[in-house]
Amino acid sequence: MEPRIGVFVCHCGINIASTVDVKRVVEAIKGYPGVVHAEDYVYMCSDPGQELIRSRIKEKKLNGVVVAACSPTLHEATFRNTVSQVGLNPYRCEIANIREHCSWIHTDRDKATEKAIKIVKSIVEKVKLNDELLPISIPITKRALVIGGGIAGIQAALDIANAGYEVILVEKNPSIGGHMAQLSETFPTLDCAQCILTPKMVEVGQHPNIKLYNYAEVEDLSGYVGNFKVKIRLKASYVDWSKCVGCGVCMEKCPTKVPSEFEMGLTTRKAIYVPFPQAVPNKPVIDRENCLYFKTGKCRICEKVCTFGAIKFDEQDEFVEEEVGAIIVATGYELYPIEKIGEYGGGKYKDVINGLQFERLLSASGPTGGGVQRPSDRKVPKRVAFVSCVGSRDPELHKPYCSKVCCMYLTKHAMLYKHRVPDGEPIVFYIDIRSDGKGYEEFVQRAQEEEHVTYIRGKVSKIYEDNGELVLLAVDTLTGEPLEVRVDMVVLGMAIVPSPAVYELAKKLKIQIDANGFLTEAHPKLRPVETLTPGIFLAGCAHAPKDIPDTVAQASAAASKVLEMFSQKELQHDPMVATVDEDRCSGCGVCVTLCPYGAREIEVKDGKRVAKVNEAKCEGCGSCIAGCPAGACQQRNLKDEQLVNMVKAVLE
Amino acid sequence: MEGFEPKIVAFCCKWCSYAAADLAGTSRLKIKPNFVVIRTMCSSRVDPEFILQAFLNGADGVLVAGCHPGDCHYVNGNYKTLRRVMLLKKVLEQLGIDPRRLRLEWIAASESRKFVVTIRKFVDELKQLGPLRLEAGDDNGSNG
Ligand code: FES
Repeated sequence: MEPRIGVFVCHCGINIASTVDVKRVVEAIKGYPGVVHAEDYVYMCSDPGQELIRSRIKEKKLNGVVVAACSPTLHEATFRNTVSQVGLNPYRCEIANIREHCSWIHTDRDKATEKAIKIVKSIVEKVKLNDELLPISIPITKRALVIGGGIAGIQAALDIANAGYEVILVEKNPSIGGHMAQLSETFPTLDCAQCILTPKMVEVGQHPNIKLYNYAEVEDLSGYVGNFKVKIRLKASYVDWSKCVGCGVCMEKCPTKVPSEFEMGLTTRKAIYVPFPQAVPNKPVIDRENCLYFKTGKCRICEKVCTFGAIKFDEQDEFVEEEVGAIIVATGYELYPIEKIGEYGGGKYKDVINGLQFERLLSASGPTGGGVQRPSDRKVPKRVAFVSCVGSRDPELHKPYCSKVCCMYLTKHAMLYKHRVPDGEPIVFYIDIRSDGKGYEEFVQRAQEEEHVTYIRGKVSKIYEDNGELVLLAVDTLTGEPLEVRVDMVVLGMAIVPSPAVYELAKKLKIQIDANGFLTEAHPKLRPVETLTPGIFLAGCAHAPKDIPDTVAQASAAASKVLEMFSQKELQHDPMVATVDEDRCSGCGVCVTLCPYGAREIEVKDGKRVAKVNEAKCEGCGSCIAGCPAGACQQRNLKDEQLVNMVKAVLE
Repeated sequence: MEGFEPKIVAFCCKWCSYAAADLAGTSRLKIKPNFVVIRTMCSSRVDPEFILQAFLNGADGVLVAGCHPGDCHYVNGNYKTLRRVMLLKKVLEQLGIDPRRLRLEWIAASESRKFVVTIRKFVDELKQLGPLRLEAGDDNGSNG
């Protein structure tokens, strides 16, 4: 194609024109090979400016356009759209950045003008060899995978399923529900967590569009956006759930007791168990580690008492494969282990507990039926200390970040404790109170003023046991006074940390995690629920500590991103991908090792090894191209020849 | 070397260093116009060939700038860049080109100041090295 390039130089008011002599740039470029038209205008991005470009394309039969203006980051899309309105391929339009990279950073008008001319020439060289491209279309499998069945995963799965698409929900535990199912009441409204969560769990369990794999884990992922293949491990439960009716006789008769995870170790469960009565699905699993039969080869009582023949001791882990187009990771959090806090006893004091344990003590369905009793002797504690920022906001020893919810739930705890034990005395130790949600500050005010919760500003330096009581050492930082407070029980607001399995999972999914192990979003403000891997989204505490309203909002946001994707017929992918000249390719495979996306493969074609590019997977970084020893690879519209010509143009 | 103004070609990856140069503009930082930026998607697109072509065509210095290690938009492209630049520096020496004329820098999108300082220092260093004279061998540095 004989180049007929038009160059349009923008003044950007005085932003460019005050340092760069725009008229001189136009004159200098007029005679440049390939350029058939050049002109300037005060605001090229304005409507009249764009109209000017459109009419010149028609009048002068331009087949390429260079707009010399601001950074391509700002208006590349604008001008490509402009030219395509009159039938020019958008990829035949490029931006010469003479504002950010020239007029704004230089002062010498003469030299800045010379530099602007060089920049424009180099972009003209690029446009000359730009091909007419079309975005690559990729088909989409309109089925989503949600990993994690806590409130984030539940919300995301329901949103997508209610929009009419299939969802595969994978939960590692026997039941969905996550930590929210353990909570008693929720701040700031004090509505019962189970009352608002369990209907949603049931809805998930019964939803015709949701396929629930509980007690399962993601084993492997391949493919790419719109076309993932996921391998799921279904852990052996040793119970045939299709036969089990959930009568519970097996659990009654099982002789082995182990600390209950759901009850945070405050009571026991059996080796064959359903984690909690409202579990979805309500089918038991056998915990292989603790089952007497698996340990000693004797017992099998559950098998004997099961009238449905549902116990299957010879069951093995199974694998299933599912095809999905998008993935939401909602793997949640754990509490930072108390063992790491030596100055608070590191777990050796029975009556120093964490927030989730206290939730269970408050819960009507908990081990005490909602009556507050301390674990060591089941006495009702008359003074309880609530300590915030345990492990959080401590960059030297523990975690540098704020865990976001502790101020609020400790306030809630103090209040609920007061409701259960009216003559009890709750004391909250805090560094500062973070109550930034809707109705949160009012909630804290209410605790202080109406419910008479004592707040002490100061970090607790030590906790020790003395004569059946716990002693807290602290300094009241408002009065400067050292304090020694004696209480019956202590509740620690432990730091929130990402679920430990997320590290392995992130590797399988090829998504990034930050220094604290939380998943990294693509952009903290503009792309908060996407990961950098197209088609993979995130929600909930796997991303950062957050409360239930934020988690639900984020889960719905992630779901809407998935739905946005599913509402398209096909996905559009940037066409500036790698290409291979098969005659030159020696099939050495260097490109395969260089590609971070698995987009390169060696294929045997007519007995000859040649490299291939999977255009849907190729992100267009170009590292394989620079690495090809045969010079057989090129990048569309950023070919070697283009780059070399650009180099020459700027050095002329 | 009175009045010598070195010519620099700066290859910048779209995601970090090009954005840092943009930010330098938006922040109105001031630099001498000795350089022109050429944008690639990733620093790993920069073929050693381009760098040699730059020297052959009159560049006194070449800057390759990318995201910090671990931050490359394409997972690990900048590590490949690092290896290639190291190797090329050896080759340059054999070609009689002072390897200091090729610079690799990690410049994050927020580091507009680092971009400016990098160029400034590079200009100063190249002024000391003097113009690149390929035929004569590049020993301007010593007698410059
Ligand atoms: S994208 Fe910047 S170095 Fe790879």
